[in-house]
Amino acid sequence: MVLNELKKTFAKEILDSEARSKRRVTLRIDPAALVPISVHLFRELGFRFIIASALHTKKGFEIYYHYSYDGTGLILNLHVILDQKKPEIESLSNMFESTNWIEREMHELFGINFLNHPNLDQLLSEGNWATGEYPYRKRFKSNEEVQT
Amino acid sequence: MSKQTLIPIGPYHPLQEEPELFKLYCDGEIVKDVKWETGYNHRGIEKLAEQKSYDEVFFLVERICGICSTSHPFAFATSVEEIVGVEITNRAKYIRTIIGELERIHSHLLWVGLAGHFLGYNTLFMWAWKYREPVLDLFEMIAGNRNNYAMFKVGGVRRDIENQKIPAIEKVLSLVKKKTDLLVGAVMDDPVFHARTKGVGVLTRQDILDFAAVGPTARASGVDIDVRRDDPYAAYPLVNWKVITAKAGDVFAKAEVRLLEMYESVFIIEQCLSGLKKEKEGDVEVKIKHIPEGFGTGHTEAPRGEVFHFVLSDGSNSPARHKIRAPSYTNIATFKKSCVGQSISDATISLAAVDPCYCCTERLAVAIDRQSGNRIMNAKEIISHSASITNKLLQHE
Repeated sequence: MVLNELKKTFAKEILDSEARSKRRVTLRIDPAALVPISVHLFRELGFRFIIASALHTKKGFEIYYHYSYDGTGLILNLHVILDQKKPEIESLSNMFESTNWIEREMHELFGINFLNHPNLDQLLSEGNWATGEYPYRKRFKSNEEVQT
Repeated sequence: MSKQTLIPIGPYHPLQEEPELFKLYCDGEIVKDVKWETGYNHRGIEKLAEQKSYDEVFFLVERICGICSTSHPFAFATSVEEIVGVEITNRAKYIRTIIGELERIHSHLLWVGLAGHFLGYNTLFMWAWKYREPVLDLFEMIAGNRNNYAMFKVGGVRRDIENQKIPAIEKVLSLVKKKTDLLVGAVMDDPVFHARTKGVGVLTRQDILDFAAVGPTARASGVDIDVRRDDPYAAYPLVNWKVITAKAGDVFAKAEVRLLEMYESVFIIEQCLSGLKKEKEGDVEVKIKHIPEGFGTGHTEAPRGEVFHFVLSDGSNSPARHKIRAPSYTNIATFKKSCVGQSISDATISLAAVDPCYCCTERLAVAIDRQSGNRIMNAKEIISHSASITNKLLQHE
């Protein structure tokens, strides 16, 4: 019900949708639409932000923003794929306190740039680590083999 | 404008057993701002998980938290089982639930004791920790270890709880129930406890929603969320119990929620034990041979709130990516609200009220570039870097 309404409202921005079960739904969205969709989820529909998981794959940098629709057990994953060379996306932290730390963590570990973040300092290793080193980035060889 | 004084709590401080640094910016007695620094305890667990097999990851994530050591394996198991799409046996469900709830009891007892200790109410500390012991002994009987029980695996549990052990568990449960009465009396009827905790460290409903706080921290502010009821897993759909909430959002409400939750935990375990009696002994595992490609999102209700695991599988025998979100990660951020405007003496109990677990919040370390083999920082650089940080801190004061 909620999902149908969401898909209707953001028909253009939602590129793909996959439902593993009634309680686990993933929507691949246009990275530019992350802010309006998140604001709609949080303010209008009352979703709770759980966390975001970043990963580095051959497609680029991917982020899954996990939201919970409490009371129903629904976990909604918003999936964005960012550019391999210049990963950047608009920050949500100006709207929500809850995304502040995880965006800093993703910036620190993956080197993803969160535009307009209020304070993109390192979170886990503040001042304790070399700059420009991103420990969770992977190096991909030209063949199929992936080196972690 | 008056000058602000920096009061540091940590990085190593007897208030909390784990390394953390709170910088309280105070004007006289009043805390005006709080900053939190972490990074003293990185262990690289998310990265390590990518190099271990699914079976080994259980032992790894079990060591994230020394208190609620089963909450991470629990969430990991549910996420991997979601990828496989397997349903575990009823007996395994009951055993998982019993372990989870026994852990909630001993974790809440630990918190109640510490809360008493922070307030200078050491009788409460000694009582709570004394009656936590029988629960730990019970774990030793069930799993062979007081903590880090190694009970979970993909598809079920590693050990059965034989029916002959049930009376011993029931005996400890009746003791816990009796002693919870004692602790409830010691907290609820104590005028000093009321005076020190009522109206202290208040988090409003809106604060909880803004910071996405979870668990007893959220429930004490009237936000009625509990993964056990909202997205039932293990044996929770098979038993009756109720979610405890309070409205005030202060430290007292958090204590009240935790204490009353212990009764519910006892009630849940009692039902699980009678469920165990009906199931066939030894039927605790579904064999899983292959974990297909895909990702799973598992969440469970740990004593401190929702634990969330995201596991991405590429079809090999170790996770391609494993993201862990412990409840303290969102709960600790609420310090910004709960401590500001309070006096310094109330800051300690406000910090402790969310039952923070720093080890859960930090999970990373790297020193050598694997491809080139170069050290990114050598020992000398690390030492001088560390000295420069200390100097920076001193200058700040």
